[in-house]
Amino acid sequence: MYSSAQFNKKPLLQMGKIGLIIRREYLTRVRKKSFIIMTILGPLIMGALMIVPVWMASVNVSVKTVQVLDEAGLVEGLLTPNDNIKFVYTRKSLEQAKQDLEASKYFALVHVPRFEDNDLNHLQRQIKLYSSEQVSLSTKLFIRTQIEKQVERLKLQSQGVDQDLVDNVKKSVNVPLEIIPLNGGAKSDVEVNTVLGMFGGILIYLFIFLFGAQVMRGVIEEKTNRIVEVIISSVKPFQLMMGKIIGIALVGLTQFLLWVVLTGSIYTVFMATVVKDKFSAQNVESILKQSPDGTSVEDFDQIMETQEVIGRVNSINWGLMIPAFLFYFLGGYLLYGAMFAAIGGAVDSESDTQQFMLPVSAPLIFAFVMAQTVLNDPNGTMAKWLSIIPFTSPIIMMVRLPFGVHYSELLLSFAMLILGFIFTTWAAGKIYRTGILMYGKRPTWREMFRWLRY
Amino acid sequence: MAGTPIFEARSVYKNYGNYAALQDVSMAVERGSIFGLLGPNGAGKTSLIRIINQITAPDRGELFFDGKPLRPEDVNRIGYLPEERGLYRKMQVGEQCMYLARLKGLSDADAKKKLRNWFEKFEIQGWWNKKIEELSKGMAQKVQFIVTVLHEPELLILDEPFTGFDPVNANLIRDEVLELRRNGATVIFSTHRMETVEELCDSIALINKSRKILDGRLLDIRKQFRTNTFKLEFHGNLISFTNALWAGAELLEKKQDGDHCTVTLKLLGGNTVNNLFQAILPVCELISFQEIIPSMSDVFIRTVQQETSTTNG
Repeated sequence: MYSSAQFNKKPLLQMGKIGLIIRREYLTRVRKKSFIIMTILGPLIMGALMIVPVWMASVNVSVKTVQVLDEAGLVEGLLTPNDNIKFVYTRKSLEQAKQDLEASKYFALVHVPRFEDNDLNHLQRQIKLYSSEQVSLSTKLFIRTQIEKQVERLKLQSQGVDQDLVDNVKKSVNVPLEIIPLNGGAKSDVEVNTVLGMFGGILIYLFIFLFGAQVMRGVIEEKTNRIVEVIISSVKPFQLMMGKIIGIALVGLTQFLLWVVLTGSIYTVFMATVVKDKFSAQNVESILKQSPDGTSVEDFDQIMETQEVIGRVNSINWGLMIPAFLFYFLGGYLLYGAMFAAIGGAVDSESDTQQFMLPVSAPLIFAFVMAQTVLNDPNGTMAKWLSIIPFTSPIIMMVRLPFGVHYSELLLSFAMLILGFIFTTWAAGKIYRTGILMYGKRPTWREMFRWLRY
Repeated sequence: MAGTPIFEARSVYKNYGNYAALQDVSMAVERGSIFGLLGPNGAGKTSLIRIINQITAPDRGELFFDGKPLRPEDVNRIGYLPEERGLYRKMQVGEQCMYLARLKGLSDADAKKKLRNWFEKFEIQGWWNKKIEELSKGMAQKVQFIVTVLHEPELLILDEPFTGFDPVNANLIRDEVLELRRNGATVIFSTHRMETVEELCDSIALINKSRKILDGRLLDIRKQFRTNTFKLEFHGNLISFTNALWAGAELLEKKQDGDHCTVTLKLLGGNTVNNLFQAILPVCELISFQEIIPSMSDVFIRTVQQETSTTNG
């Protein structure tokens, strides 16, 4: 009745079934408008997050004039204005000055009361800032620093010390405190390591949640569309689950790769057009040559800083960081993705997922919160344990890695994560294959544990 | 028709926790037949069907497909229309059909060719690039049926196929099922709609409370349940007819129109039809005679009730 040729290819096609599922999961997602939009917007948002604060700070805010009523003669004529804040001095009475403030002639009023009992310590606590508007923290800090400087000058004077001398000494003190690891690794740098560790941790956290949730939604979609039983009459439920998880992992990797390429291009273009002239090799050289004369100290400082940052970035062990990132992204995603798939299989709609989502994602959130503690003590006991436990290791290990981790710990963490996702995938597969065929009622935790034994 | 059954289950057990879904269920489905799997809701029909489709594995028991133990690859030779059925709503019809066909093991070219034929047959060529959510429910049902039978399954399993289908599509599908059977396919129907069973099925198995309580060829079962009840039409006098019956038969129903009478009677004791004829022929002119065989619906209700009363008693 049927040609036997149709079935001769069976073993091959059987193996290909999971491939078909991966292909469908991948293609339907990559072709979605939202994927394309996210791919383009991602680097732009990232760029915006980095550029906007800098830009906001540099935008010309309206100049605020602060009136200074100095009855003690402590600061009069001595406060240094900046781009945003100017000082004007007055001899009016405090009442009049307050009226001026109320009439909105000035942004704020600094009042230094009369210097009475020759007690500078008492006086400095009596200095007040009056304002009818909200005063930002940076404004307050600026004014405070200006006044403190004058108090400091007076105090030094009373001890017979010259302020200029102190300033010069301060300027010439600069201990970079370079860290040289004994085991011969690259020179490490706390600031860059912190930023890098935090960045890697956040990225993994976001990726696991973003794509883990996609797995869950995909499973729920198949269940609510009632197509799941049609499909598992052709493939094993486990194949369907794994196909979906792997397909979405590939979507994540594609997105990440596109972000890297796009960000890289934007960075290159930015460097080539905006920064090029200022920091081109020739320019740097010419400035370096003339710097001993002190003609352009500011430029020199800026260039040294930039050079230093570039040097620091180059000193990072990218050969370890990038593969480790990919491993922890995939491992963490597989571990949590399987659990998200099990949740999706157990419930009927997305609104039912809440009670299961929180306990499952709690270790991930915990790891994210603990990242700060780990940064402060990257080789502490807490950091070590959290980077071995597979539920927290993807984030914590990424945070620790830039500070240098012994290879034995790294291997242990790798192995634990692999064991971890094998275990969650196994357990999730059991819950999933029972859950997808259950309709109409939301299971309890106890029922889900029972499904493990079916 | 004869030979090894296409599917056979021997003493299959399945438990879900403490709940027994199937206990000691055995059955054989003859090749080329239409087999009805009957039973009240929750009896274990769907559990058995999921085992045949290898969605779940039995706890105990043996399963044979085409004479050999059931293997994972056999799913490619089985077509399954589950009771809970649907399609990806946001996926295009053609792409979706291709995907499901390839999951059943068809090659790309094969799947495309067969799909084209079915789309022509149902005159739905224009739907290829439409999404399922753009189709009406009836249209989606047609697509659903196509993907079930596209890979030309030797065994077609339909779980409550007519619920959820509108009458027009239900008829269309009934005709297609009969044609597939003519071409050699075997069909397992799971349903509790007895009219369908009487109309289509050759054999049945009745499952109640996880156990098979009845199976066999449809005609045999109905004969097994016959009650020696007959319907007669004759010309003559109803009173002399009744007198002639004496104690050999009990009159259940009677209707008189002039000298044209219609009666339903039940033979009592060891009396045969021949005894009956001998008694009545002298007093009437027989027009028609027919045995009343119980409907599947009667069989179903009687068996399930009997089972319930015995298990409860």
